[in-house]
Amino acid sequence: MKNTFKLKTAFACVVAAGLASSAFADADTDKLVINGEIDIITTTVAPAHLENVDTIYSGWHFRSDETQAFQMDDFDNPGMIGVEKASENWDTVDGSEGKSCASCHGEAESMAGVRAVYPKYNEEKGKVTTLAMEVNNCRTERMGAEKWKYTGGTMTDMVALISSVSRGMPVNVAIDGPAQSTWEQGKELYYARTGQLELSCANCHEDSYGMMIRADHLSQGQINGFPTYRLKNTKLNSAHARFKGCVRDTRAETYNPGSDEFIALELYVASRGNGLSVEGPSVRN
Amino acid sequence: MKILAISAALTAVLATGVAADTVVPSDVVYEDGAVAMSLSGKAGDAAAGEKIMNKGAGNCIACHQITSLDYLAFQGEIGPALDGAGDRWSEAELRGIVANAKVMFEGTMMPSFYRTEGFYRLGDAYTGKAHPGNPEPLLTAQQVEDVVAYLTTLTE
Ligand code: HEC
Ligand code: HEC
Repeated sequence: MKNTFKLKTAFACVVAAGLASSAFADADTDKLVINGEIDIITTTVAPAHLENVDTIYSGWHFRSDETQAFQMDDFDNPGMIGVEKASENWDTVDGSEGKSCASCHGEAESMAGVRAVYPKYNEEKGKVTTLAMEVNNCRTERMGAEKWKYTGGTMTDMVALISSVSRGMPVNVAIDGPAQSTWEQGKELYYARTGQLELSCANCHEDSYGMMIRADHLSQGQINGFPTYRLKNTKLNSAHARFKGCVRDTRAETYNPGSDEFIALELYVASRGNGLSVEGPSVRN
Repeated sequence: MKILAISAALTAVLATGVAADTVVPSDVVYEDGAVAMSLSGKAGDAAAGEKIMNKGAGNCIACHQITSLDYLAFQGEIGPALDGAGDRWSEAELRGIVANAKVMFEGTMMPSFYRTEGFYRLGDAYTGKAHPGNPEPLLTAQQVEDVVAYLTTLTE
């Protein structure tokens, strides 16, 4: 038993002092090296803008040894099947312009570093965009092809491919300049207590990480590992699909994947992980 | 059985489906976070309360550990262990905490189990869709009483 408050008064003091900032951070201390060569920063000092957290941890630290092991070698990582599928799409001509991704970008490796800085302010669009939006932008504007569904398998596989070539690079999304107002909107959403259970992202992932909520070991809800292959639904999952699930679990009306709210939330949550390595496609339960 | 059913029907306000003595969530009176009177006008059933700790809208052990329920796997650690809660708190205080813990503990993560107003982006249970108007409380008046009856048995 972790908590045994013997005295009502002692308990009231703890409450008054604010339980909010004390989390039992039992992230494990394992090290993640992928394929014996890509060092992943899974624990590091929190970015300056984080007020209530000193150290940031990849969700990898909160998973069992068995789940962690899947990610150490690409042959064992079921998320790499999606990456392979996306590699085919990368080279596949589609749409009225007779182009594939490769026609403009060459090898997928040319995307190294991209995942680390997204979501990012897009001058032309005048708004913060996500990687998935950029992929669809290329498809509709440059290839003359149909959009892919925002959280669909084809899109999520492609985002996984683009992530995979940035693995090991530290996440470094910009939160100032033209991105600042979006970032602030995301921060507000992060702390908003939604639904009949009145829980915010922060309640679970800032105040309570390291603790069990029923059978789940709460992580910091970082997205450096996205897209993430979940053993639970045996597919790659996008960050917005995960956000939707977490909001739904507060008995709330969710936002839609691809909505302005989730774009802002993605920017904000990504910024909480500035300094952790890009890790996607990761494996979680 | 039949007699019971008839007398229950007599004391119930059939139009609303709520028993006459039931205090609706918006009428509950909190004094220092505690609620003196039974919400259903009836005594609670501790055995029924014990089940709610594990299941359905209660699912209290998502966040709390209870040693005497150690046959239930995966007890959470978000809130304090409830062992001895019946010593630490009076029945009225326990009722207040279960009905709306936010009165006793400002800003607490513990959901309000007998409250129907004031939610932000209220959803229709776990569908992710909007819920028009006010929801049913997470627990009925009688369920709150059952849970309170159970908690009073948690003495050390
Ligand atoms: C009621 C508790 C709860 C709330 C509220 C909640 N989550 Fe989660 N979240 C979980 C649980 C449980 C998991 C699975 C275990 C883990 O990775 O933390 C999870 C997982 C995640 C993950 C996956 C992390 C990984 O490494 O794979 C992300 C990202 C996430 N949540 C973001 C959010 C965001 C953003 C919000 C608010 C919009 C939110 N969560 C609200 C409980 C919650
Ligand atoms: C989402 C988490 C959560 C759920 C679900 C939850 N609680 Fe709590 N509970 C808490 C927290 C956190 C506290 C500590 C009060 C605070 O926030 O300072 C608490 C405090 C309590 C206390 C007083 C603590 C003490 O001294 O023992 C009781 C009694 C209690 N809860 C009972 C329940 C019951 C009964 C249920 C289910 C019907 C329940 N809780 C569901 C989080 C939760």
